[in-house]
Amino acid sequence: MSLSSRHLLGLQGVPKEDIQLILDTASTFREILERPIKRVPTLQGKTIVNLFYENSTRTRISFELAEKRLSADSVNFSIGQSSVSKGETLKDTIKNIEAMKVDIVVVRHSAAGVPNFLSRICSSNIINAGDGIHEHPTQALLDMYSIREKFGKLAGLKVCIVGDVAHSRVALSNIFGLKTIGAQVSVCGPSTMIPKFIEELGVNVIHNIDEAIQENDVLNVLRIQLERKAREYFPSIREYANYFGITSERLEKNGKDILILHPGPINRGVELSSEVADGLNQVILQQVTNGVAVRMAVLYLLGTLN
Amino acid sequence: MKALITNCSIVHPGQKLNEKNKDIFLVDGVIKQIGNLSTSISADKVIDLKGNYVVPGFFDMHVHLREPGREDEETIATGCNSAAFGGFTGIACMPNTEPAIDSAEVVKFVKEKAADHLVDVFPVAAATVGRKGEVLSPIAELYEAGVVGLSDDGTVIKTASILKRAFEYVQMYNLPIIEHCEDESLSGGAMNESINSTLLGLPPIPSIAEDLIVMRDIIVAEYTKGQIHIAHISTRRAIQLVREAKAKGIRVTSEVAPHHFTLTDDSLKTYDTNYKMNPPLRTNADIDEIILGLKDGTIDCIACDHAPHSFEEKEAEFEYAPYGIIGLETSVGLSLSELLHKKILSLEQLVEKLSINPRKILNQSIPQFKEGEIANFTFLNIDEVWTVDISKFKSKSKNSPFDKRLLTGKAIGVVNNKKMLFGGEFIDL
Repeated sequence: MSLSSRHLLGLQGVPKEDIQLILDTASTFREILERPIKRVPTLQGKTIVNLFYENSTRTRISFELAEKRLSADSVNFSIGQSSVSKGETLKDTIKNIEAMKVDIVVVRHSAAGVPNFLSRICSSNIINAGDGIHEHPTQALLDMYSIREKFGKLAGLKVCIVGDVAHSRVALSNIFGLKTIGAQVSVCGPSTMIPKFIEELGVNVIHNIDEAIQENDVLNVLRIQLERKAREYFPSIREYANYFGITSERLEKNGKDILILHPGPINRGVELSSEVADGLNQVILQQVTNGVAVRMAVLYLLGTLN
Repeated sequence: MKALITNCSIVHPGQKLNEKNKDIFLVDGVIKQIGNLSTSISADKVIDLKGNYVVPGFFDMHVHLREPGREDEETIATGCNSAAFGGFTGIACMPNTEPAIDSAEVVKFVKEKAADHLVDVFPVAAATVGRKGEVLSPIAELYEAGVVGLSDDGTVIKTASILKRAFEYVQMYNLPIIEHCEDESLSGGAMNESINSTLLGLPPIPSIAEDLIVMRDIIVAEYTKGQIHIAHISTRRAIQLVREAKAKGIRVTSEVAPHHFTLTDDSLKTYDTNYKMNPPLRTNADIDEIILGLKDGTIDCIACDHAPHSFEEKEAEFEYAPYGIIGLETSVGLSLSELLHKKILSLEQLVEKLSINPRKILNQSIPQFKEGEIANFTFLNIDEVWTVDISKFKSKSKNSPFDKRLLTGKAIGVVNNKKMLFGGEFIDL
């Protein structure tokens, strides 16, 4: 079995079989991560560049670790360290990097569509590690992996994505991936943070968090990006926390055992109370571990394509 | 020189002409005789049009020539060549150059650079100094220097207050104000707000950014009795607003660019920056209204918003790439393919929108098929099937989304200013 595309640009249009293959492959790697020696020689001799035009700690480290565990040679390129500050175009930068004979480029960029653009002008395999407010496919895959780990399935589950859906690349990738695999997806958040035409994707829109808790098996709670524009979209953090924040009282009131995911980093007291963030419903740290396994699976499947 | 153009089908809705098998005899670029002349006249040059159409020279009232300032993208000379090869004998050039066309000196510079060309260049001046929206440009001086309209194109005229003052001041000179309708508090996005902007994760420009300024400008024009021309109209609501205003007798006109009746924001799926323009590509509902507006006269003319950009600037992250595409060499072909052959407009209506109306809006005389008139024609082969090839464009820039598109109908020549372009060559008449 192999993937039907030589890049992972997003989850839009990725067939069910590919998603399943990635998740199944990730299970194998997940076991390796529990071994005393967590390294396999699978990508020995392959060269991977982590091209990060936007700050990222956990995604970059997760990719780096995944690459190391697969024995690939990897190098990091981060903004501020190199050519961008000298005014070099993205195209020139990528052409230079490619000239050093790389096999896979993992790219994060604040502008949507950059992975698509690179896939057009490069011969390497491109993996999208987050582009603007477009997609973040490996995050969605690790979310799906974590849900499947808990429930043993994805099809038929009810998953609600909570928060600033309009400015989230995690939300869009989750919607595509989950819908493809047969889950029911809804979104919940202040109406200014829900994209105007989202229902056209077959997604239910809810504005009441209690309703979201009652009706779903899983809440994937997004980070309110306080450092970005997010603050212009609701009156105050206090109002957001009061009306959309997930607290243990809310979970108890709705008397429901619900799985809570969060892509991190958490704003404690805003989208999740500390009690919930550290409580029994969440799998936030398992998500981080699973992230390495899922990224190993993606790197392996793309790196060994003919 | 004596030139005889034979086997012409002459169409001129202004003169109510639609005649086949005519010959036109030119002496030194001036019409000497029209009729069945081929056997009776000896000429230095005979051009057989083989039944193709001769129409009054096409005029594009919305062109960016980039000179002065960005001669790497287009010059007045290359822009004029692009216009001539695209079938135009006249163009109006927008003032967002560096420096802006906001003084008589820059107007003079543009006119001098264009002086010897087949294509007439009519500068539109900035409505406000530096297009900053603060102080009125020296309108009297600009008028005397020969500008045909005022516009801060590229941006909207910033405030209703400066717009009102501009309308009041230009009453003395009978110049239209050409508005780039975009509310700045809603602008800055990369594409139309729709399900596609959500799917692509691109910052959206809502259609109301255009609608609001169209509404504002119509109201201010009504109040001041000014003449407003809405540039590159693209939304359903904006067209409806113009229709209602026209019915009320407000002096408003509008133009549409061929890409806005040909493409929708579905085209952006590959993040190809040749589909990034401002106003952005809209939806099928907007195209339906554009078609209605073209038919009922709400939209007066077709203007391509020719916007050359260097390859380097366009070959970039979608959000960072500049807005705009070139259009002079595809405008006629797209109009014939999408409007004439799809039976939306008749050839007469197309000639009105590509030749007569833009000249009327800018108070320019309309070329006539009459003895003693300067020959100012466009030759059209409305049935020729051809493939757009950007490598053959005369424009210095190549930023067009229409490369390799199959079109039906094209301009096969132009005549103006004692020059003719035919068979790919300029000929002095």
